[in-house]
Amino acid sequence: MKYWISAILLVVLAAGTALSGMNEYFFFAGYVVLTFVVLATAWNILGGYAGYVNFGTAAFFGIGAYTATVLFKWLGAPLAVQIAGGALISGLLGFGVGLLTLRLRGIFFAIATVAVIFICETLMINWRYVGGATGLQLLRPEVLAPFETYTRMLFVLMALLAVGAVSIARYIQTSWFGRGLRAIRDSEEAAEASGVPTLKLKLFACTVSGMLMGAAGAPMPMYLSFIEPVSSFNLTYSVSALAMPMIGGTAHWIGPVIGALLLGSVQQIVTVTISNEINVLVVGVLLVLFVVLAPDGVIGLFKKWTRYFK
Amino acid sequence: MFFSFDLLFEAVLFGVLLGCFYAAVSIGLSVSFGLLDVPHVAHPAIMVFGAYCTYLLGLYGFDPIVAGIVLMAPFFLLGMLVYRFYYETFERRGSEAGVRGLAFFFGLAFIIEVGLILAFGVDQRFVEADYIGSSLSLGDYRIPYRMLVAFGVALVLTISLTLYLSKTFTGRAIKAVAQDEPALRLMGANPVRIKQWAFGIATGVSALAGAMLIIVGPVEPSLDRVYIGRTFAVVVLAGLGSMTGTLAAGLILGISESIVLMLFGASWAPAVAFGLLLIVLGIRPQGLFGR
Amino acid sequence: MDQILQVKGVSKHFGGFTALSDVSVDIVRGERFGLIGPNGSGKTTLINCISGALRNDGGSILFEGVEVSGLPAYKRTRRGIARSFQLPRPFHSMTVLENLLVPLEYVAHGKEEEVFDILRRIGLADKAHTQSNQLSQVELRKLELARAMAAKPRLLISDEAMAGLSGSEVDEVLKILLDLNATGITVIMIEHIMQAVMRFSQRVVCLDAGKIICEGTPASIVANPDVQRAYLGA
Repeated sequence: MKYWISAILLVVLAAGTALSGMNEYFFFAGYVVLTFVVLATAWNILGGYAGYVNFGTAAFFGIGAYTATVLFKWLGAPLAVQIAGGALISGLLGFGVGLLTLRLRGIFFAIATVAVIFICETLMINWRYVGGATGLQLLRPEVLAPFETYTRMLFVLMALLAVGAVSIARYIQTSWFGRGLRAIRDSEEAAEASGVPTLKLKLFACTVSGMLMGAAGAPMPMYLSFIEPVSSFNLTYSVSALAMPMIGGTAHWIGPVIGALLLGSVQQIVTVTISNEINVLVVGVLLVLFVVLAPDGVIGLFKKWTRYFK
Repeated sequence: MFFSFDLLFEAVLFGVLLGCFYAAVSIGLSVSFGLLDVPHVAHPAIMVFGAYCTYLLGLYGFDPIVAGIVLMAPFFLLGMLVYRFYYETFERRGSEAGVRGLAFFFGLAFIIEVGLILAFGVDQRFVEADYIGSSLSLGDYRIPYRMLVAFGVALVLTISLTLYLSKTFTGRAIKAVAQDEPALRLMGANPVRIKQWAFGIATGVSALAGAMLIIVGPVEPSLDRVYIGRTFAVVVLAGLGSMTGTLAAGLILGISESIVLMLFGASWAPAVAFGLLLIVLGIRPQGLFGR
Repeated sequence: MDQILQVKGVSKHFGGFTALSDVSVDIVRGERFGLIGPNGSGKTTLINCISGALRNDGGSILFEGVEVSGLPAYKRTRRGIARSFQLPRPFHSMTVLENLLVPLEYVAHGKEEEVFDILRRIGLADKAHTQSNQLSQVELRKLELARAMAAKPRLLISDEAMAGLSGSEVDEVLKILLDLNATGITVIMIEHIMQAVMRFSQRVVCLDAGKIICEGTPASIVANPDVQRAYLGA
């Protein structure tokens, strides 16, 4: 119950901020950070809970963006439909990749997800309808009242998506389904022997994960008023979606949120004040540092410190 | 799209040379991932790093092949260090290691790529040598010399490594540790030292592979991305742990890519490796000659 | 005769290596069955084929009259076959209790109280809320058995549960298995500790190099020269 109250409060807070006189830049940056909350949470459902590393977040994200573009260009679809479409197609993609490779060892799944990024990017580069390599300009529709700017509206929308994604992750984690995923991560062979339908659970987690990533990507073309393949399938999405849960902590749904808020904010600051390359370097270095030194992430460190002081 | 048997033959010929090159750049991964089971997704990144080192040495007048050979020793040491670190940090600690090990190498690959961007910028770099730029004429067909050189070095490299692994004592110890580590331990050998040595060799070989990379064409920091597809496609298609399979798989990839290049153009060629990888994983994940 | 398990002509190859060759054996419901053989003879491979961790290449496996060779392991567990692992594989991020909740939820669909009952019987009740990665070797072995028991199996396969245990610990585990059998559960025991196999089994089969070389009562097996040769290596 406490959770739902906090969740609703957060959405109200986001909406309130959007209606206030806050600096417009806050919403530009905030939208991106909230996107990463969704991506990191989605990644963690398969990566943290079940232990199957997905390198292909960029593919699911990009396909979500392109699905939204197609729906917008072809049918003039509203945002809600774009998001649903993005979630559906990316979910199917997740199911497909999972069906192909989740029977195999984890690293084969991981490499297959890299393959998916490249193939999707190549397909979009060669598809005239969505602009090919040069990309497509998109005209935003009228912003809905009471929001002043389209970005503010997208900010609140992404806050809603973030709360939704985290709620789904929380439900999975605390349910028997989550225990099955953990069993798979701890010892897949023993899980199978204990009656856990490992392939089915992995497929489900992969599909849900893909759906959420697609939903996060769908509003991107509207956010930028533009879409093009290289930035849509940017590998930074993949590294970040992996780094954030690793940094925050993979065992609990709050880990990806912490990681996304921390790393996402750092990224925004570094990109603006230093450079984009240094930003990516920082992400890589932090990922390696945490993986080596603090494998349980910020949550793990917090637990250790509180135990230390007792 | 103009189709003729002449063009097809030329594509296949080019594909054979390219394929042998792909086999050579993948053979390091065949050892580190195929035999040692290390989730080494940073292998292509280290190879690209080797290519840039070759470029640097080239600025001082080193011929790229000589540079590549010279770099083998320091890269061998680097490899041993990396493996030791990986083993102490991840492999020892048990089953969590799978996710973290993968994440580690992914992060490492990224750090290398961005490091190269910061050091050299995103522009392409290339080396010059007598055999780069001109072609051999065989009747109606022209074969670029640089491809022949890469082909030659690749062949020598692949055969040497295969012979090393099957004929020498350490080589066979490496194969043994891949098949049955506990048995090796019981015989008094130290599997960690052997794996460390093997990983060192794999990395040393990558230095020479990197030199060939920059001989075959200009390099840029993001090149490691497409090569993840190519090297893993070759290693998986070959079957984990098979050296001769690596050559066969490399040829299959090289010829496929070359034909796609001819028929559909350069924007589709990089996807061939990834597509092949997915097909192999879906239909026959143990590859051609898998364990 | 109610045969709970029928293994017919099962074979298994790993590349060029033949782990099992035309293995046939029938297990009667409620039986206490022992499986012995030197290291590498294929005991665990046979168990893996029966439980579904591996697919047999040839032959068939019938559980309660139904062919199961094509079924994934989790389906076989749901039908009533449970096994413990030779090297314990606990769900290390979970407590002892949570470890048992997995089969309880996914197979037996039972209540949490039943799990406590199992923990009491096996002697781990006071460790219910301990992280499983903090257990001793003996306790881990017991957890393996407890987890198999939580699946409410009709056939339980115990894979070297007693290896490395002390005399009194062996007796403990033996008693647990005997009590289980008394409730009607068929038990297949793989062991190297001969005195345990002899005390436990009604019938024993000896494997060597993937083939069954002898079948019979414990006494006859021990006296059999082929078995002695297999173990001592003539």
